[in-house]
Amino acid sequence: MKSAPTVITNGNDVAVEVRDLVKRFGAFTAVDHVSLKVQYGEIFGFLGANGAGKTTTIRILCGLLLPTSGNGFVAGHDVMKDTLLIKQRIGYMSQKFSLYPDLTGVENLQFYASAYNLGRADTATRIAELTERLHLGDFIDRLAGALPVGWRQRLALAASLLHRPQILFLDEPTGGVDPVYRRQFWALLYELASEGITLFVTTHYMDEAEYCGRISIMHQGRIIEIGKPHELVTKFGEKNLEDTFITLISKPAERNA
Amino acid sequence: MRKILFIARKEFRHVMRDPRSLVIVLMMPVIMTLLYGHAINMDIEHVTLAVVDKDNSPSSRDLTGRFFASKYFDHPTEAISDFEPEAILRSGHAHAVLVIQPEFGASMERGDKVRVGLIVDGSDNNVSAAVQNYAVGVVQQFNMSRIPPGFELPGVAIAPQVMYNPDLRSSHFFVPGLVAILLMMISALLTSITIAREKETGTMEQLLTAPVTPMQILTGKIVPYLLIACIDGAIVIAMAQIVYGVPFVGSHLLFAGFVFVYVSTALSLGVLISTLVSSQQVAMMLAIMITVMPSVMLSGYVFAIKYMPMPLQIISHVVAARFFVPVVRGIMLKGSDLASLLSQGIGMIVLLIVFMSLALLRFKKRMG
Repeated sequence: MKSAPTVITNGNDVAVEVRDLVKRFGAFTAVDHVSLKVQYGEIFGFLGANGAGKTTTIRILCGLLLPTSGNGFVAGHDVMKDTLLIKQRIGYMSQKFSLYPDLTGVENLQFYASAYNLGRADTATRIAELTERLHLGDFIDRLAGALPVGWRQRLALAASLLHRPQILFLDEPTGGVDPVYRRQFWALLYELASEGITLFVTTHYMDEAEYCGRISIMHQGRIIEIGKPHELVTKFGEKNLEDTFITLISKPAERNA
Repeated sequence: MRKILFIARKEFRHVMRDPRSLVIVLMMPVIMTLLYGHAINMDIEHVTLAVVDKDNSPSSRDLTGRFFASKYFDHPTEAISDFEPEAILRSGHAHAVLVIQPEFGASMERGDKVRVGLIVDGSDNNVSAAVQNYAVGVVQQFNMSRIPPGFELPGVAIAPQVMYNPDLRSSHFFVPGLVAILLMMISALLTSITIAREKETGTMEQLLTAPVTPMQILTGKIVPYLLIACIDGAIVIAMAQIVYGVPFVGSHLLFAGFVFVYVSTALSLGVLISTLVSSQQVAMMLAIMITVMPSVMLSGYVFAIKYMPMPLQIISHVVAARFFVPVVRGIMLKGSDLASLLSQGIGMIVLLIVFMSLALLRFKKRMG
């Protein structure tokens, strides 16, 4: 087995590059020839109505699902073959509260650290670092199920960052929290991006989409637009991103990729 | 290996954190053994017998006295005013009626062959068969008592000797089988709920985004419950001996080994069930349905497999209890050794492998 390339190598600053990804479930095509290229350190917004194929695409990129056809690399590993290697390099945080409510914060973190093969000493250091950074101090020893939503989300974020992932997938990470907290959370995401971590975010909030460096809009299994948020608004002559989004996904899908 | 242990440790914490589930896990075998064990007592005793003695001689009183001297027959609790046997049976005050004709004593004195009537309620054929057997026994005793000492009757007599369960107590037959059914049900329940729960809460999805293989997840989930199921096994066996007086003749170590294999098979069936469904409720219902019925009907617990129709005999091979029931009976009652039970052990291991492989396949299919 050849050893996997580690962090960003010279000339290869592409975090995600996929071409013509297709995923069919029986006769239904959930993902229809999706191609994407995302650089390291980018905050990439992934927009689309419910059922547009966002979640399926993310599941493929995370190595949870094998594509029917297509090819590409995530963090330098083949999406068709090396899902286990991809998983070691990415983090995933979903809208659902996906920690164990009957374990304490520390126990949850310890468990995920072990799932990512972190050693005992490394686990302790990382938990200390992230507790400090995400201000989890007072809550880390409580049962996760008893935490307020905002803390739970930071705990989940900590869990997904333990193994120093190069790419972080965030599936509607701020669902159900207040605007103040959302802004704080995004400040945190900017910090992570500035350290070179690629952020792949799905969201239904247009203000969040504006925070992204680039966004893609998915409709009926296809990516119909990719670009910087304000460029898309100008291109379609709309007032704001929300109107642009609605106009785009209301059109029948006659555009072919 | 390390990941399996971590998953196991986490799983163990879940159980310890939830006192309710802990109580269920440890109390269930106790309650089930008491409930099932008493409900299925098939020993027929204390049958109500009404006597219509039209003779009332010393001989007739001697005979009827012998009926009630055994634990098998009791007097009716209600006074019987009717002398018509069928009316007595229909009233429900007695299950059988013994009728002795007026000339009974006098005929006996003359040395004639005398008949007494026994009218039995046949609506419960188990009871009626038992009553006939007991009655024949009592009458035989009565006859023997009238033969003068030193006088031998010619002819053949069978000298029956029942091995392993000399009193033919049905508890010795049923309780070991009950061990198999309870362990199957509890084990399958334990694992089926745990994976379904993680699917319900979304933690399974999260766990799968980590570099953990399905094999590691499934084995890690089984390990802690293996320990719990073995403890349950010990509880049920202890209850069988203490409450029902079932003897334990064979090797405890050999038995422990078989319990280990059997609960592993049962736990892997639970895992398989949980890969088929997505909610704890459905998992629970499915686990009970899939384990209890087949384990009762097709394991040899109640009905001997040998006398079943061929298709059922073939189907019985996917019922793990089919292999375990003979093991429990063999080791507890007969003291069987490994050599005589080897094929049962292999049967369980084959099922274990089949269940685990199917579960892994189902689990991986989510990927494709």
